[in-house]
Order: sequence, then C-alpha cells, then structure tokens
Amino acid sequence: MAQKERISWEGYGLLGPSLVVMVLALAGPLLLLAITSFRSQNGIGFTQGWTLAQYGVVLGRSSYRDLLMRSVLISGLVSLVTVALAYPIAYFVAFKAQRKFLWLIALTIPFWTSYLLRVFAWKIILGFNGVINSGLTQLHLIARPLGFLLYNPFAVVVTLAHAWAAFAILPIYVSLEKVDRSLLEAASDLGDGPLRRFARITLPLSMPGVIGAAILIFVPTTGDYVTPQLVGGAKGTMIANLIEVEFNGVGNWPLGAALSLVGMAVVGAFAGLFVAAARAATKAAR
Amino acid sequence: MKNRGLLIYALAYLAFLYVPVLVLPIFSFNNSEFIAFPLSGFTTRWYQSLMDDSAMQHALGNSLKVGSITALLATGLGLTAAKALTRNRLRGGSAALGFISLPLFIPDIVLGLSLLMVLGWVGLPLSLAAVVLGHLLICLPFALTVLIARFEGFDPNLEEASADLGEDGWMTFWRVTFPLMLPGISASLLLTFITSFDEFLVAYFLSGTEATLPVYIWGQLRFPERLPMVLALGAIILTVSVALVALAEYVRNLGIKKATVGA
Repeated sequence: MAQKERISWEGYGLLGPSLVVMVLALAGPLLLLAITSFRSQNGIGFTQGWTLAQYGVVLGRSSYRDLLMRSVLISGLVSLVTVALAYPIAYFVAFKAQRKFLWLIALTIPFWTSYLLRVFAWKIILGFNGVINSGLTQLHLIARPLGFLLYNPFAVVVTLAHAWAAFAILPIYVSLEKVDRSLLEAASDLGDGPLRRFARITLPLSMPGVIGAAILIFVPTTGDYVTPQLVGGAKGTMIANLIEVEFNGVGNWPLGAALSLVGMAVVGAFAGLFVAAARAATKAAR
Repeated sequence: MKNRGLLIYALAYLAFLYVPVLVLPIFSFNNSEFIAFPLSGFTTRWYQSLMDDSAMQHALGNSLKVGSITALLATGLGLTAAKALTRNRLRGGSAALGFISLPLFIPDIVLGLSLLMVLGWVGLPLSLAAVVLGHLLICLPFALTVLIARFEGFDPNLEEASADLGEDGWMTFWRVTFPLMLPGISASLLLTFITSFDEFLVAYFLSGTEATLPVYIWGQLRFPERLPMVLALGAIILTVSVALVALAEYVRNLGIKKATVGA
C-alpha cells in the first residue's frame, strides 16, 4: 500500500511540469479568450460589464455566418479530396509496392520544406503570369493566360490537398498494414472477387485510418490562415483571416475572441457528427 | 494489369507532390526576376544576395535558437510525462494525456492569439521567449506521442532488474532508461525542432520585432523582386531537411542494429 502511494506521487511529480506548462500556456489563455468574448470595446478599452453582444454579431451577421460555413465547406472538401487521392497510394504501398520503406520516404520528403513556401509555390504555379500559364502560352496551347486558376476556393482546395497529403497517406497506410492478410485469403477462398473482397474486408477494416486522416486534416485546415491569404483571394477567404483582421487590423479583441470560440465550436460539432456518421456507416457495411 | 494501373497512379501522385516543391530550386537558378517560363539562363546571383542579406541571417539565427530551445524543452517535458504515463499507473492519466494533446485540435491562430492576449494582460513584451512558449504547446503532443511509443516498446523489467541490482532511480535512468530511449529522444528532438523551425502563425503573432525565418519569409513575399531570393532560401531549406532526415534515418538504423546486438 505504502509502495503504491510512493510510486503514484512520483508519477504526478514527473507529470507536473508538463501540466504546469499546459495550464499556463493553454488553459489560462483560453480562459482569458472566453472571458474577453463576453466584453465589449470602445475607442480606449473594454467597457464595463458583461455582454453577449459579440455572439450576437457573430451569429447574427450573415456575412460572418457565410464565412463560417464556407470555411467548413472548403475544409470538408479538402479532407474529402485529400483522403480520396491518398487512399489508392496508401493501398498501393501497403499491398503492392516492392520497396515499401523507399516509397514512404519518397512520399514524405516534399513535406520537409517550409509550409509557407509549399503554399507559396502554388501561387507561383497557378498565378496569372505563373508557371502553368506561361508554360501553356509558350507551347501555344492557350492564347492568353487563364485567369480562373488562382484566387478562388478551388486554388485553396488544391493547395491544402497538397500541403496536407502526408496526414492522409500515413494514417491510412498504417490501418491498411494492420489488415490481417489471412482474412483476405479467406474471402477469396469463399468466392469473393477482388472488388467484393475490397468492399467487404479491406475498406471497412481501413476505415479507422480514413476517419482519423479526415479529422486530422479537417480540424486544422478550417483554421488555416496562410493558404487562403496567399491563394484564396476574396472568394476564398476563411474564418482565420477574419479573426486575424479583427485582432490585428480592426483591433476588436472581444469580437475576434467570440469568432474564435464560435468557429471552434462549429468545427468541433461538424467533426463529431462526421465521426459518428462514419462509424455508423462502417458498422452498417459489415 | 490492375497493378500497373495502380503504379501509374502512384507515379502521377508523386509528380503532384514533387512538382510544386521542385519549382523552388528550378526558379532559384533562373536568371530573371520573373518566375515564369521560358527559363532565361543559369545564375547563382539569388544565392549571392541571400548570403549578403543580414536580416535573413538574423532571422535564421532566431529560428535556430527558438527551434533548439523548444526541441530540448518539449523533449525533456515529454520524457518525464511519458515516463509517468507509461510506468506509473496514474489515476487521471488518460485525462492528463488528453489535456496535453489538446493543442492538436486547436487551430494555431487561436493558440497564438490567446497567448498574445495573456501577454498583453500580464504586461509581458512580445519576444522570442513567447514564441518558444507557443511552440512548446504545439510540439509537446508530438514529443509525447513519439516518446510514449518508445517507452511502450521496451521491457520495463530491464528497469526493475537494474533497481534490484542496487542502482538508485537516477542511475537506473542514466544507465538503462536513457540509452534505451535514445532513438525515441532523437526522433522527438528532430520532429519538434523541425515543427518549431517551420511554424509561422504563432511566431507571427508573438515574435514582435525579432522575426523568425518564416516570419521574415512572409514579409518578403510582398515584394516581387525579392521572390527569386526567397525561392533560393526555400531550396536550401529543402536540401538541408532532406539531409537531416537521411541522417536521422541512418542514426535510427544504427540504433536498431545496436539494440539487436545487445539483446
């Protein structure tokens, strides 16, 4: 009994420093964010008293609602596209590739460059005088540069699908690796064709990886600032850009705080719904 | 037949991943301020102007400082927390793990802004120390994941045997736990260093007048005539990171061989 006591005190002692850092740098600041969102601001500082005015503005103004929904929509699309593009490659590496390790290294090397420059590279590629347009003009395939490549939600989706590819490939690969190969043999022996076998065994068993990847991409990309700022243009602006403007540009901290919290709540709700729906669908498919 | 289709897809996907990245080195050697085809001859002048840019070098120094301090702190904290979570059966252990992993699910912009507000509220100035604190939040979950996996990967009996043979806790740590954890520690150091070195948004809010490298790059993106130089910088970062990853992989393989010989 005494021994157990001692050990668990040691454990809490070891855990302590990390928890202190998290409380000081995460819980405290988030609490302050929440408190600030219930204040309001005039020219010089916070006004007296508490108010729900900021939440009224965030939920009431249609341009804010539209921006929130657009952020969720763009990120949802990004997750879908990234996972759909990554699944076949993860499948290929897990089941068909000769040198798995080499493929995994080759697939992850592009992610060791600066995130900022990876995103910026797409601006160079898609731009009006960019790589695609100047290349196609040189080849006389187009007479004048295509204007629709950059500064729209499409550019944001392509760029993010590229920037976050590794976060889809690796979890899906791991879940495919875990699929028990004898189950596949059993299915074949019992007369399933390759497609049916894939749909009944491989796909359902790899769903944890797919769901994990989708969440791993959906949650952070809704808060992405760099990509919409560089390639999104007016039609591709997302919630993080608005939050940044409220804080740095307009200087309305309470409104920025309320936007951050509502944004996180909306993203959390969608992520939760998605996970529940995906789990139910996987169960039904089995 | 089906396999060939998959292989073609895999190669096309590789092209999708690599083409944007290869834009950096290609146009960094292009003798023109405009980043467009046709290429107009080979030059190293962008690399030359990079060497002469003292603001860039200052920012690089800042990023190296922030990255190494963050990596050491995150790995140190992660090591103690991972030991507690794997070796001591703690009440509330999984809640603590969830709490430490929370930054993974919070957008960087919210982490950065809420820290910015706290600094303003307490009256502390924006500084590289503030950036380290922000990066620590982002990096600790990564360090913890890597280190917990490593702790779970070796036999706790080895530690117990050391204790039974009369070593105290500290010596057991240095002579048994630490060497066995070394591959995990180096992986965590590398991962957290690179994450911090590459992080832009939190540093953008917290760095104040002392720009880190990504903050400096962000500032340069507004000036079209500076772009080729930025591309040269990107090409260098790419080369160095690939070299680092290769080195880490080499060290990891050494570790694996040693471990099997020892066992």
